[in-house]
Amino acid sequence: MTATRPAIARLVALGLLGSILQLTAVAQITVFGVPADLSPLLVAAVGLLMGSVPGALFGFSVGLFVDTALLQTLGISSLVLTAVGYWAGRLRELRDPAHGLVPVAIGALATAVYAIGFSVMQFLLGVDAPVSLLLVRQILLTIILNTLLALPVYLLVRRVLSPLLPDDPRRRRRRAYTTGGLSPLSRA
Amino acid sequence: MYDKAVRRRRAVLAVLVALSLTLLTAYFGESSSGGLHSVQRGAMEVLAPIQEGANRVVKPFRDLFGWFGSTLDAKDERDKLKKERDALRQQVTELQVDGSENKQLRSLLDINTAGGMKAYEPVIGRVFARSPSTWYSTVEINKGSSDGVRPDQPVINGEGLVGKVKSVSDGNAIVMLLTDQEFGVSAKAARSGEPGSIDPAVGAPGDLLLELVPRGKLVTKGERIVTAGTVSTRLKSLFPPGILIGTVHRVDEGEGELDRRIHVRPAADLRRLEFVEVLTKPGTDLRAATTPTPTP
Repeated sequence: MTATRPAIARLVALGLLGSILQLTAVAQITVFGVPADLSPLLVAAVGLLMGSVPGALFGFSVGLFVDTALLQTLGISSLVLTAVGYWAGRLRELRDPAHGLVPVAIGALATAVYAIGFSVMQFLLGVDAPVSLLLVRQILLTIILNTLLALPVYLLVRRVLSPLLPDDPRRRRRRAYTTGGLSPLSRA
Repeated sequence: MYDKAVRRRRAVLAVLVALSLTLLTAYFGESSSGGLHSVQRGAMEVLAPIQEGANRVVKPFRDLFGWFGSTLDAKDERDKLKKERDALRQQVTELQVDGSENKQLRSLLDINTAGGMKAYEPVIGRVFARSPSTWYSTVEINKGSSDGVRPDQPVINGEGLVGKVKSVSDGNAIVMLLTDQEFGVSAKAARSGEPGSIDPAVGAPGDLLLELVPRGKLVTKGERIVTAGTVSTRLKSLFPPGILIGTVHRVDEGEGELDRRIHVRPAADLRRLEFVEVLTKPGTDLRAATTPTPTP
């Protein structure tokens, strides 16, 4: 994936709008006492669609924005979201998963990695806290809530980034099967 | 070609991780007036109007979701409120007795600062952003240093204590909620008068602990906890006395007096904050009580 100006502009707009929406709206709507967190879903979706390097860069940028806007310790979200974006991108590069529910599973895993990674970082930084049932419950509920949102977020991100993307893996494989992969219409 | 791509990918990852760790180390190591903190406050100043605008735009959608949630919770809440109403009736009777005693005591002590929160020159702020994290319980309000808001000033709403001002820029401020891991306030039990300290139950979001209570046995479930305040000019409390913090909802008995854990539920619903008040002159009462009256 080459870093063209339109690609960068779309990613910046996606990151900014997603993060602002998260801070001003999503974080204030609670279901079962917890809000959803769009950040890991956005980063995982970008990684899954565009690859490991854009995923990691997007994760780092979104993390930095979130830490800055919320006056949190700089670097924590960046580090964890970089890992999430890179990992989602590597999954695409190595496996190229085509099943329709892959974004749901990736969204759940990305949220789990983010929530647990963030907590572990806090413990490493010296927060003297017991791992209470309430905290575990809150993390689990956030994962469940994000799992429900993973597919819509993925579809939205894919729609925003669609001009920059190669074909959907399923369509690509179907075409390869029927034409021997030699279709002149192939964009991949 | 393939090797080059792999090297590039690994280099990008290494640079990003190194950058994150450098930021983390530098930020964690510097004081709150350090360079990174200043940059962060500057960025906050730029982002705040955008966030506030977005907050207004998405409010109808948020309210719609809130309405669905509220309807689902309404039945449970009704039953809870009925119980609370019965308890409050009992409490009102007790308060009426206490109130008349209090009135007499106040006249005896010649305290002339018996006003409400107006005495503390409150500034009303609108909440327009909040932290989604379990670890950082903060909200952002649209009042800042130009409105008289300063760090460490108490923040309340109609239900009770909300937190204190953590950081201020020209037109905005970050409010640390009382469930934040760094928050602490001296408090006392309203009925038994037992003093203590309110700290968040770290790792249990939304829960507070009343600690350092000398005679914890006297504090029972349902008792209200208020700010203690102080009249000492040397060790001024940041918070005026008598602001409701919450209600004791559970007492975990330990083996000894020191093992007793008194859990307090905040009176203010910190998940549904729309407007808050910053008490810009929290020391008003203290000054009035300690400044000698000029003799003619």
